[in-house]
Amino acid sequence: MAPELRVDWIRCDGYGLCGDLLPELIGLDDWRYPIMAPGGVPRDLLDMAQRAVDCCPMKALRLEATSTRRSTKTPARSGRRPGG
Amino acid sequence: MALTIETTCIAPRPTPDAVGERDAIHLVRPAAFLAVAEPNAAVTYEPPIRLLAGPSPRAGSEPFAQHLERLGGLPPGSRRGDLISTLEASGLLGRGGAGFPVGRKWRSVAERADSRAVVVVNGAEGEPGSVKDRALMTLRPHLVIDGAILAAGAVGAQEIVVYIGEEHGNARAAMGRAIEERAREIARPIRIVAAPEGYVSGEASAAVHYINIGDARPTTTPPRTSESGVRGRPTLVQNVESLAYAALIARYGDSWYRSVGQAETPGTALLTIGGAAEKSGVCEIELGLTVGEVADLTGATESGTRAVLLGGYFGSWAGVGESWDLPLDPAIMRARDLAFGCGIVSFLPAATCGVSATAEIMAYMAAESAGQCGPCVFGLRAIAETTTRLAAGSPATGDLDNIERWSDQIPGRGACRHPDGAVELMTSALNVFGDEFAHHERAGRCSITGAQVQVA
Repeated sequence: MAPELRVDWIRCDGYGLCGDLLPELIGLDDWRYPIMAPGGVPRDLLDMAQRAVDCCPMKALRLEATSTRRSTKTPARSGRRPGG
Repeated sequence: MALTIETTCIAPRPTPDAVGERDAIHLVRPAAFLAVAEPNAAVTYEPPIRLLAGPSPRAGSEPFAQHLERLGGLPPGSRRGDLISTLEASGLLGRGGAGFPVGRKWRSVAERADSRAVVVVNGAEGEPGSVKDRALMTLRPHLVIDGAILAAGAVGAQEIVVYIGEEHGNARAAMGRAIEERAREIARPIRIVAAPEGYVSGEASAAVHYINIGDARPTTTPPRTSESGVRGRPTLVQNVESLAYAALIARYGDSWYRSVGQAETPGTALLTIGGAAEKSGVCEIELGLTVGEVADLTGATESGTRAVLLGGYFGSWAGVGESWDLPLDPAIMRARDLAFGCGIVSFLPAATCGVSATAEIMAYMAAESAGQCGPCVFGLRAIAETTTRLAAGSPATGDLDNIERWSDQIPGRGACRHPDGAVELMTSALNVFGDEFAHHERAGRCSITGAQVQVA
């Protein structure tokens, strides 16, 4: 499986460098926080993805091997609420 | 605590210590919901009462002796059998809002516990408009403690932390008294921790974070609390209603649990009724009762209702037409993109502006952001400000388009699901009150009140 880019949202401060470096996979919202395209990183973009990871001033972006553990893109309506 | 809504606000925030014993009595007042229902010609349906069975709520907290007399003691450890399997077979879903299967949650902790886990009894109840958890803790503290003891035994926990909202003073006092009554039986360290007031304080990772270092903000997952929670130990964070129900299932079995309710989501559940209902407060229903049937029982009418808020501020608006025949059944609701959540059913009065009610909720949700993740901090704030501007009748160009765009962008982009829940509510508002939103944007006026709206 292709590796995936993951954002640590608590660390991310919205510098937006990742989106500038890898617009194919990372959009930016009005405040320059990243919007990740769904799915893994295609092979031809792996180098740029690694560069985006390395350039993040907050070390908030990671390139991870796909695993079976919970995705951050949980479908709507599951595990959804603060309150336990 | 007034749950009745007269103006534009759907569910007022509980004031500190809003639900004392006196209020809890008031809250479960509807006689039809109690096991010893008073004869009432208007009520043709008497739901099975389980969690709130026993003495009248007017009697306050049920003392331990009475609890024992009514339900008997817990089955001894050696005869509890495989409680986790029983819970799995029962189909009990968590009652904190997420609706995660309780048995599966216990198993995931038990598998890692190696007898060093921690159980967190979650009574934070930060959701505005929900009071069922503090009512249950106040009235039936021993049922909750039963559940905590059973959970600790089943998952292999050495310690129990009872996490109760600091504003729920009477629930804390009732639980404290109950713990004292059973100090010897509990047989492991147990303590009450006051959860700081706030919407996200009860989120599992926030609860653990607060217990660990006094910071009630969610943490990044993984690791989940079941893997690494209190002091790094595998931790079961379970809502008080779920624990109370586990205590009944341990006594009576999974087929007893399944004997009422729907095939896929059996059992009964506590609801908090609010808004344009004569009897607002806490009641227990058989799952699968329709919104219209709940309205009949609580004195709400189709003509007097503009829309129904289901599941609370983390839930959805539903139009009267689509909701009146809707079964309050988590599975069916999920299939229709609605949420049972923590059991809030709030009837928005017919003469109320849905845009204003939504603006209030979004302002609250934005203010309750833990302030850690950009999409939540900036996105919710922008949605709240824009919705408030629309509600006030002073829209700017592109306001509605912006709200829709931000609402699409936000889900899945935070450490917890606070922003996801907030924009789901926003999206449901655009569906249910679409014409009204458009009218506010186009005309700068409210189609319901006919006048320019003032939002405090």
